Amino acid sequence: MRYSGFRVLKEALTGHRGWGPAWRDPEPQSDYDYVIIGGGGHGLATAYYLAKEYKQSRVAVLEKGWIGGGNVGRNTTIVRSNYLLDGNEPFYEFSLKLWEGLEQDLNYNAMMSQRGIINLMHSDAQRDAYIRRGNSMILHGADAELLNQKQVLEKYPFLNVKNARFPVMGGLLQARAGTARHDAVAWGYARGADQRGVDIIQNCEVTGLRIENGKVLGVETSRGYIGAKKVGSCVAGSSSKVMAYAGMRLPIESHVLQAFVSEGLKPVLPGVITFGAGHFYCSQSDKGGLVFGGNIDGYNSYAQRGNLPVVEDVIEEAIAMFPMLGRARLLRSWGGIMDMSMDGSPIIDKTHIDGLYFNGGWCYGGFKATPASGFCYAHLLATDTPHETATAFRLDRFRTGNVIDEKGSGAQPNLH
Amino acid sequence: MIINHPILGPRDSSEFVYLGDATLLKRPDWQAEDAAEQFYDYLHTRDNPAGLHRELWYHEQGDRSWLVVTRDTVTHEITKVELARDVARTGGSA
Amino acid sequence: MSQVNRLDGGLIDRSETYSFRFDSTYHKGHKGDTLASALLANGVRLMGRSFKYHRPRGPMTAGSEEPNAIVELREGARKEPNTRATTAELYDGLRAASQNRWPSLAFDAMEINDLLSNFFAAGFYYKTFMWPAAFWEKVYEPIIRRAAGLGSLSSQDDPDDYDKGFLHCDLLIIGGGPAGLAAALTAGESGARVILCDEDFLIGGRLNFETYDVGGQSGAAWAAETVARLQTMPNVRVMPRTTVIGAFDHGIYGAVERVSDHLPVPQEGKPRQILWRITSTRAILCAGATERPIVFENNDRPGIMQASAIRAYANRWAVTPAQQVAIFTNNDDGHRTASDLVSKGVEVVSVIDTRQDALISTDYDVIAGGVIDQTWGRLGLKQIEVKMPKGGIRRIKCGALGVSGGWNPNVHLTCHQRGRPVWDEALSAFVPGGALPPGMTVAGAANGVFSTHGALNSGAETAKAALSDLGMTSKAPTLPDAEDTPVRITPFWHVKSAKRAWVDQQNDVTAKDIKLAHQENFRSVEHLKRYTTLGMATDQGKTSNVAGLAIMAEVAGKAIPEVGTTMFRPPYAPTAMGVFAGRAWGKDVRPTRLTPSHKWAEEQGAVFTESGLWLRAQWYPKAGETHWRESCDREVLQTRKSVGVCDVTSLGKIDVQGADAATFLNLVYCNGMAKIPVGKVRYGLMLREDGFVMDDGTAARLAEDHFVVTTTTANAVGVYRHMEFVRQCLCPDMDVQLISTTEAWAQFAVAGPNSRALLRKIVDPGVDLSNDAFPFMACAEVTICGGLRARLFRISFSGELAYEIAVPTRYGDALIRRLMTAGEEFDVVPYGLEALNVMRIEKGHVTANELNGTTTALNLGMGRMVSKTKDSIGSVLSERPGMNEEDALKLVGLKPVDLSNNVPAGAHLLTKGAKVTATNDQGYVTSACYSPNLGHHIALGFLKSGDSRIGEVIRLVSPLTGVDHEVEVVSAHFLDPEGERLRA
Repeated sequence: MRYSGFRVLKEALTGHRGWGPAWRDPEPQSDYDYVIIGGGGHGLATAYYLAKEYKQSRVAVLEKGWIGGGNVGRNTTIVRSNYLLDGNEPFYEFSLKLWEGLEQDLNYNAMMSQRGIINLMHSDAQRDAYIRRGNSMILHGADAELLNQKQVLEKYPFLNVKNARFPVMGGLLQARAGTARHDAVAWGYARGADQRGVDIIQNCEVTGLRIENGKVLGVETSRGYIGAKKVGSCVAGSSSKVMAYAGMRLPIESHVLQAFVSEGLKPVLPGVITFGAGHFYCSQSDKGGLVFGGNIDGYNSYAQRGNLPVVEDVIEEAIAMFPMLGRARLLRSWGGIMDMSMDGSPIIDKTHIDGLYFNGGWCYGGFKATPASGFCYAHLLATDTPHETATAFRLDRFRTGNVIDEKGSGAQPNLH
Repeated sequence: MIINHPILGPRDSSEFVYLGDATLLKRPDWQAEDAAEQFYDYLHTRDNPAGLHRELWYHEQGDRSWLVVTRDTVTHEITKVELARDVARTGGSA
Repeated sequence: MSQVNRLDGGLIDRSETYSFRFDSTYHKGHKGDTLASALLANGVRLMGRSFKYHRPRGPMTAGSEEPNAIVELREGARKEPNTRATTAELYDGLRAASQNRWPSLAFDAMEINDLLSNFFAAGFYYKTFMWPAAFWEKVYEPIIRRAAGLGSLSSQDDPDDYDKGFLHCDLLIIGGGPAGLAAALTAGESGARVILCDEDFLIGGRLNFETYDVGGQSGAAWAAETVARLQTMPNVRVMPRTTVIGAFDHGIYGAVERVSDHLPVPQEGKPRQILWRITSTRAILCAGATERPIVFENNDRPGIMQASAIRAYANRWAVTPAQQVAIFTNNDDGHRTASDLVSKGVEVVSVIDTRQDALISTDYDVIAGGVIDQTWGRLGLKQIEVKMPKGGIRRIKCGALGVSGGWNPNVHLTCHQRGRPVWDEALSAFVPGGALPPGMTVAGAANGVFSTHGALNSGAETAKAALSDLGMTSKAPTLPDAEDTPVRITPFWHVKSAKRAWVDQQNDVTAKDIKLAHQENFRSVEHLKRYTTLGMATDQGKTSNVAGLAIMAEVAGKAIPEVGTTMFRPPYAPTAMGVFAGRAWGKDVRPTRLTPSHKWAEEQGAVFTESGLWLRAQWYPKAGETHWRESCDREVLQTRKSVGVCDVTSLGKIDVQGADAATFLNLVYCNGMAKIPVGKVRYGLMLREDGFVMDDGTAARLAEDHFVVTTTTANAVGVYRHMEFVRQCLCPDMDVQLISTTEAWAQFAVAGPNSRALLRKIVDPGVDLSNDAFPFMACAEVTICGGLRARLFRISFSGELAYEIAVPTRYGDALIRRLMTAGEEFDVVPYGLEALNVMRIEKGHVTANELNGTTTALNLGMGRMVSKTKDSIGSVLSERPGMNEEDALKLVGLKPVDLSNNVPAGAHLLTKGAKVTATNDQGYVTSACYSPNLGHHIALGFLKSGDSRIGEVIRLVSPLTGVDHEVEVVSAHFLDPEGERLRA
């Protein structure tokens, strides 16, 4: 069923009786060409592009719980491609381009809203680093602008510059960046994949991988064995657990990241803004809630919840930037499991086991990557060659030294 | 979280800095035949368990002891805290 | 017309009358009122508008679960949007305004959304606004955003202070109703350290809302007496107006005390609120229960409330929302409201009980087996329509309707560590279950024990059990007699024929929306919530979640627990963000570190800059200098010509002592450190274990077993942490000790051809500073100024003949003054960070700009420093092929071909004539400055194979800042490449 304004109008006048399920709930078949483990944003996008771009229809997405219940449903919704390094920037720019056409492609309004992101800068050295990054972005065909303090204040007049501990010297703007409605991204891909014949199987936990003679044959699940020619893991924070079924140890630690939303407020923040003298990012949703976050808690965790010191730290930075927020109220906080890699960059690669593929290590930046991650993973699964924008995301790069370390903080996941 | 420091007693975790898996105590021999492979593995790959995890914390806002904390990564319950130095002396194992 | 709906009695203080304003109307209320109770007393039911359809709304509750009566409280910079009128304490002069309406609360143009509600069904926006593509950002979204949000911020800085504090106790009791008070009494009498928190300003919970006798007196009187008794116990801390917002790991609870929210402005020196971090060995949750709604047609009109809230307003605040009240209930508790109202003289027009076996009363009319199928009254309830049990309908005029759908235990805090509540069939409610936060137990209504007698006993017994867990003995206090009515309920969630029946009132989620979500396969509870926004409003689903689940269960033909459970996350109630920041905002968001010469530099009019947390002098303007470059150039030229002094205290300093100190440093640095002679300094490069450069600095050997090493300012903390890691974790048996002495020593660089002459005037006689006796890279412990111990290093960042001299920090201020006085004859200048930076770039020395965490020794041109004849951190992995490629980046100097051009940092480097694309990217500029000695701009940068391209002209581009010109690749050592100056 196609969604459109006309359709909404028609259904409104006829009691909404015509809307069908956004996706089916099929029983798993005995085998598929492709089994994607993980019904999060990346897994669903992978299935969608496998079906749409690579014309594969015998595809299943297996989800332990309910689709979109992982990090795609619990992030701060930021979409951007303001990366520095050659290994990253083409991929994220590809992703941003996919975002720009996503609604039309999916026929689902994921509310991609290009309201811009500003990274504030607070020192000469930071300005130099931002100029280098902005130039990288432009060299890669992305957009970047350097703003001075006055230009930042025109957009964010409530920014504290008078009494600021770290002077606001301006910021690096990517105008095409913005936010999207995170749940809708998962649902839109699910609906699109389902329409193209992909089986989305919820409440189906993978409990093992059947591997013989170095080749994967299928997956053991809570709903029985499912055979597959190719199996792609796409489970973010649970990556180590799933890949352990294949005897693999990953360059990944699972950490908790908290995110926060305030009560609904009349619009005050036009776009996404980040604090450069710490770690804080904030935007305001179309419903009016201020959506924000900061550092990960910093310790390995699968608990999907964090602790008070980080809450305080994040909000200290919020108030340092916008002292008026003291009287806004925090409505809710939550936690997600981040697959923090050893260099802060992701992995989309084959494994040493024939037919077994891995997608993970997104740290806390996976949401913006959703379209390109799905596209590139689908490309890899279908063609056995890396997509041209994802050639650097190799599993063996830590062995070879070809790391992609945006922050330059080395092989310590909680510093990325 | 509260970390029960073996010397100082219970301390708030915000006094500490986290490093990672306590296998970092077992640094390979630089002269081994396969030193490159061993160092790659030592520094980068992790069990990353959902459950008991032995991990290194540094009492930066305190006595600057490195500790090995045994903590459940699902419940955050801490069951054991040792001085890393003592653990290192026994070869980095429990 | 003043307080037309005020009744007799209640717990308000009528001797104090407060005047307040809501929108443009002034009213009167009393001490002890909330804004909602005072407005109701004045006959005001309409207090807000809903989010989506702008439906007129009045209070639904009398507590923090309120979805509807939310207002902008106060004015100006203290304006608080989305404040619940039901918990805002009245004070004299209070100002509040309704929100999310235009032009006025009674006439809101956006109410048109309500007429168009058919088009705004759940998730409609996912299906439309996609054509034409460009319209989303330009047309559709701006319209949606204009409608976004409820209240508005002041846009002014919050003028109030907030504090943070730590508390410790054996037992934290959350909630001061009957269970909490009995628990506190039990624990208090046992001598345990007890903290009792209650979110209300009047502790007592439902005891203050009810009319039962407790031990022969009113519940409220017993509560007041008990609180007074607890307050006399030194081991008990009673904290009213304190909301426990979260249960965190290891017995840590976050609690917010609203110190001043009941006052017009905080008292001088007092904070508005305090965030307490309470560390408690055990905790008892006594948070009570929340009455839930029944969902029926137009069940959201002002005047339709929880039955228990109407009772609470009548009993505690002596207020009725209207003179004629009806009740709609599926359980016995609804009848209590009717009886209490009757005894207060309010007319109860009817009690509609969904049960055929409803209680029958002589005091009021009961319609057993009836349901409400319609209501009227646009801005406030006027009439209800009842579907009679034997067919037919009856219309009843009333201004308020109390609805009782049963009670939900307040399990919220039990879920904060992801424990999920379980369904209790007998109570038809979720009760605490699964994994509670360790150390937490639950008592009273929060645990499904609803009678007063049961709650009192449950509180006492739970406290006893918690204390016995801690090895403390206690006995239950003598508890008063109290009512012990059993729960009688027949679940009834919603009237099935209803079309527009509200489940989540604030977010306008209706029963129809839930059915639509089911139809579209958004059936798991999380999908339901996200698709319909059920439970996402500022009331956090406290009154709506379970009803929503029940309707979904019914549509799906499942039992409620099969559909899912509710889940709650911190904070328990919306919490002012300011309190999480405490005093750490503005200038105080992070500490500020000052150098020993700071005061002196201020006297000189220095301009300061942040260097991490440090403030360092950036330059020292002289009279007549109008641009920083003038000052900087002068400082550079004068230092190179004569002598300059710079405070370098912020560089990290680590004392390394012990028999194995040299062996230890040999492991930490990639270059050889073991064989430094005593009295000598060596440059050291430190790698991370992954082989990339961590930091650089110097190691000075003061004795066989004593080194002083320096780090960069940025890495001082990290390097020390790393060295402690190596010491304790990797070589635990070495005889070596470390201590950071960054703050212990004030250190100054004295640089320039006259530095030796200047130092001779400072250093005590007997110290031979001649080039032979104290050559480049010498170090010594000396005395200066007549006996002050000092450390002297002949090291040079500037490339000049230079020294660094360190004295105990408390002498730093005196030393800078002495140096400047003694240097007068040489026209000594102080120089700041800018000049320091210029001189190090001229010399080709690297700093944090080059040591950016992604560079290797090879990149820096120091590849050969990585010793292959010893073990050192990072040496093995530095050999990985990806870090040793043929065309690896190499540090080079850059100078503009047209000398009038600059060479800005952050620019990228391309082969001459190459197109400006990423594939042609060959490197980047790291550090840049104008060199007053050379008379043009210079820079350092990394260039592919740069070391073999000296003399090549390349293209420098910075499209971001509009720069594109040619530069020549030169040696990174612009000045004195042979090092003659520093050896002079």
